Amino acid sequence: MTPSWDEVRAAVEAAYREERGQVVATLIGLFGDWDLAEDCAQEAYAGALATWPRDGIPARPGAWLTTTARNRATDRLRRDRVGRTKLRQLAGPAPSSERTEPDEIPDDRLRLIFTCCHPALPFEARVALTLRTLGGLSTAQIAAAFLTSEPTMAKRLVRAKRKIAEAGIPYRVPPAELLPARLAGVLAVLYLIFNEGFNEAFGEGFNEAFGEGFNEAFGEGFGEPADRQALTAEAIHLARVLVRLMPGEAEPRGLLALMLLHEARRDSRTVAGVLVSLADQDRARWDRRLIAEGVAILDEAVALRRTGPYQMQAAIAACHATAPDTAGTDWRQIAALYAALARVAPSPVVELNHAVAVAMADGIPVGLARVEELAASGRLDGYYLLPATRADLLRRVGRTTEAAAAYREALRLAPTEAERRYLAARLREL
Amino acid sequence: MKYALLICDDETISPSQAELAADPVHRAWDADLARRGAEVFGARLRPVADATTIRVRGGETLVSDGPFAETKDLVGGIVILECADVDEAIEIAAGHPWAQRGCVEIRPIWE
Repeated sequence: MTPSWDEVRAAVEAAYREERGQVVATLIGLFGDWDLAEDCAQEAYAGALATWPRDGIPARPGAWLTTTARNRATDRLRRDRVGRTKLRQLAGPAPSSERTEPDEIPDDRLRLIFTCCHPALPFEARVALTLRTLGGLSTAQIAAAFLTSEPTMAKRLVRAKRKIAEAGIPYRVPPAELLPARLAGVLAVLYLIFNEGFNEAFGEGFNEAFGEGFNEAFGEGFGEPADRQALTAEAIHLARVLVRLMPGEAEPRGLLALMLLHEARRDSRTVAGVLVSLADQDRARWDRRLIAEGVAILDEAVALRRTGPYQMQAAIAACHATAPDTAGTDWRQIAALYAALARVAPSPVVELNHAVAVAMADGIPVGLARVEELAASGRLDGYYLLPATRADLLRRVGRTTEAAAAYREALRLAPTEAERRYLAARLREL
Repeated sequence: MKYALLICDDETISPSQAELAADPVHRAWDADLARRGAEVFGARLRPVADATTIRVRGGETLVSDGPFAETKDLVGGIVILECADVDEAIEIAAGHPWAQRGCVEIRPIWE
């Protein structure tokens, strides 16, 4: 029985999502040529759309696609003299053989992830390359997501691939002594991809790219362009892949848990384009399924007994996500987690968050004193959340005039309209 | 792969050849290179005070004193490596004493 067109389309789409990274990774491993790998993977997917309606959907689409892509690459190389020389030089499984048993196909995605995120590449190139080769996003999609032009993004990708070849960046999972630092680099790339999509909820970058007319046409509060939102889904997908490929590592699980716990609260963070503080968010709108999954994955991570900054941040997010309300939140635990985070990943932003947790756990004046100390140090100058936090704490202890001045300073520094609207509302309420 | 290591610092610390030869970090770096058989060529450069820079413009040869660029980090040595990949080059470069106070730039060589 031949499948319907819709069934084929669904199968190819699912295979694109689940298998493309692996097809590309395997081909790079076999032929060492990134462009050839991507082109032939693309051709294999086109071939699937052309032949599956007639021949049926294969039992293991990924194996079919890898074999097809590999055969295309071999054909292409045979066609030119340089390619023939290269084919002869290639060691390992002979790419000219007819069919591979599915089980023989190696999963090279881990090699691909580590190579894409190699520290010799510029950071933005690591992000773009990861999204292109592993995520399968088109150059146009990545360009749109990062608010740059397609030719600029294409150039960035070409340069990165050229550097991998010319500077001799190895295609491998780094050896044990390099692994902790390199893995941290991979996690940083995935977390940046997530945050690029997540913070776009406020919509500012989108307006810059598409003009103010957009809000008028679609109503206030419409913020999230599909391309940017796709980044959070892609980051979560890649984190899941990494967790599967590195089951013994705790921090990839910590990062995945952190992403899921943030994602669970996405829809309640703004109402009609105005930022809603955590205390005022409608907790009924939080996604309980994602929270449960995030907490379960965090538990798995913690059970591995190798702590790290992502697990700590996920634990903080879990405290918030599982609390009934602000008053019922375990602020003492959150304060302890921020203190631990400040030790392994020191930053003034972490100290600010720590001060807020201390204010909630030990009384506003204690936390406020820490915030004032941080303000005096000048290390967070220009960061709007410093005066915004100060304003909030001053308001709560009844120092209204000082609170108003701090809100005005925060308004001046706030980067997005949603945040400005929130601060303006607080200022009016004083 | 062949790489050039450009060994850079700001010349505030300028050990003599004898002092350098006695430096345990430098000795460990030398031993590491020998063990790997990775060094094709290596040369320590005299300070930039001894440098002369030549430019030919419109057929005229302009000679100036000092290094080619006014920067804080100055090239004080060159090592040509033959090694597996950039990760090995990074490992080797990280062992050079100058990496601890200046920097070592790794440049793949046209082949």
